[in-house]
Amino acid sequence: MIQSITLPMTPEVRLNLKAGDLVKLSGVLYTARDAAHKRLIELLKKGMELPMPIRDQVIYYVGPSPAPAGRIIGSAGPTSSYRMDSYAPALLDLGLSGMIGKGLRSPEVVEAMKRNGAVYFGAVGGAAALIAQTITQAQVIAFEDLGTEAVRRLTVRDFPAVVLIDSRGNSLYETGPAQYGAHA
Amino acid sequence: MRTVDVSEISQAVRRMYLEMNVAVLPDVRGAVEKALADEASPAARYALSQIRDNYDVSARTGLPLCQDTGMAVLFITAGQDVHFAGGDLYQAVQQGVRDAYRDGYFRKSIVSEPLFDRKNTGDNCPAVIHLSLCPGEKVHILAMAKGFGSENMSRVFMLAPAAGEEGVLNAIVSAVRDAGPNPCPPVIVGVGIGGNFETAPLLAKKATARPLGVHHRDERYAALEKKALDRINALGIGASGIGGLTTALWVSAEYAPTHIAGMPVAVCICCHASRHGEVTL
Ligand code: SF4
Repeated sequence: MIQSITLPMTPEVRLNLKAGDLVKLSGVLYTARDAAHKRLIELLKKGMELPMPIRDQVIYYVGPSPAPAGRIIGSAGPTSSYRMDSYAPALLDLGLSGMIGKGLRSPEVVEAMKRNGAVYFGAVGGAAALIAQTITQAQVIAFEDLGTEAVRRLTVRDFPAVVLIDSRGNSLYETGPAQYGAHA
Repeated sequence: MRTVDVSEISQAVRRMYLEMNVAVLPDVRGAVEKALADEASPAARYALSQIRDNYDVSARTGLPLCQDTGMAVLFITAGQDVHFAGGDLYQAVQQGVRDAYRDGYFRKSIVSEPLFDRKNTGDNCPAVIHLSLCPGEKVHILAMAKGFGSENMSRVFMLAPAAGEEGVLNAIVSAVRDAGPNPCPPVIVGVGIGGNFETAPLLAKKATARPLGVHHRDERYAALEKKALDRINALGIGASGIGGLTTALWVSAEYAPTHIAGMPVAVCICCHASRHGEVTL
């Protein structure tokens, strides 16, 4: 069964999600990868305002390919999340409700997720053209000079994802392979 | 002596990159469809069906298969009786890559300096070019677009000869196990055994372009490939690393002569978005 989830996520919704749940996400989210995270954290350190809301919001780790004429965005699959690990806890402590990416997270990120009741979703790496079809609006809202790494506000409909790590810290990366591996 | 105008090389390179970034290779598609048919995990099936559907969306829309359209890597084998005319061969190759990444709306992912500035070159150049000579008048080009999610998980092991077959298998399996979900499994694993510190990875990278389903001609290496594939798939990492029966679609190994004191093993991990093309001019 695939659950439909509305973004941004209320605390009730995200606390109910469990590692391994298959979902389709609809609503608004923000994109940011390494360079944008670095700037967001610098703004926070200076006590300045961030260019987008954080509370209850979801950040998607993606650097899309350029949009051809007539399209709102190019291919837009997830990038490896570990490169955002040193920045993520500060955003989670500001109320970030979820992240979408691929790959493992550090114990510090998982602790910050548990502390704040947040969820880590996985999108399928390499399903980038398919994912682009679920993006109905895209607008660069900050750091335009970063090109593909600029912060974008996306509206998505039925964006396919899976709950990799839930708000209690359970990880599909541990339970999944343990279930399907051969224990010789 | 045959004269080849370097503009022909530019055009061939451009064509190959425009195609490989958008059109899935038939052998890769077949292997993914088989993995989907065999998969027991619902989550891995969800991932594999997206990977398969993505091929059709790419073909229909012209959007690249993956937003990471990679670093361009080319193996060029030129006949020694070929005279390249009309300009600098290396520049002609770069021009072909530049044109393809501009015309295809592909992502430009190359920075000019790795440590301090990390400034994007804006045209996905320079490509990595390996040029070698062979007898004759032909020019063969093997071109690849290599994503870095999987490149970052590739490894070189300088094993002792006594490590034997078991040591090689352990090296291969440990590289895939440590990579976990990061290289976008299901992966294709290229293995280079022998040579030295710089040639083993070249063998491994070239091996990732061997058609899936084709084993090494030496049956001992073919058996090694089979054992490695079985052990990798017993890890249970699965598509997207979320648990499943297919972690690797294929393992291809190549070997080269080496020193009496060593046994280098390079493991090149390539994601399911394996993009390459070949042409003989
Ligand atoms: S590892 Fe391959 S499939 Fe995954 S994001 Fe990189 S290029 Fe795409």
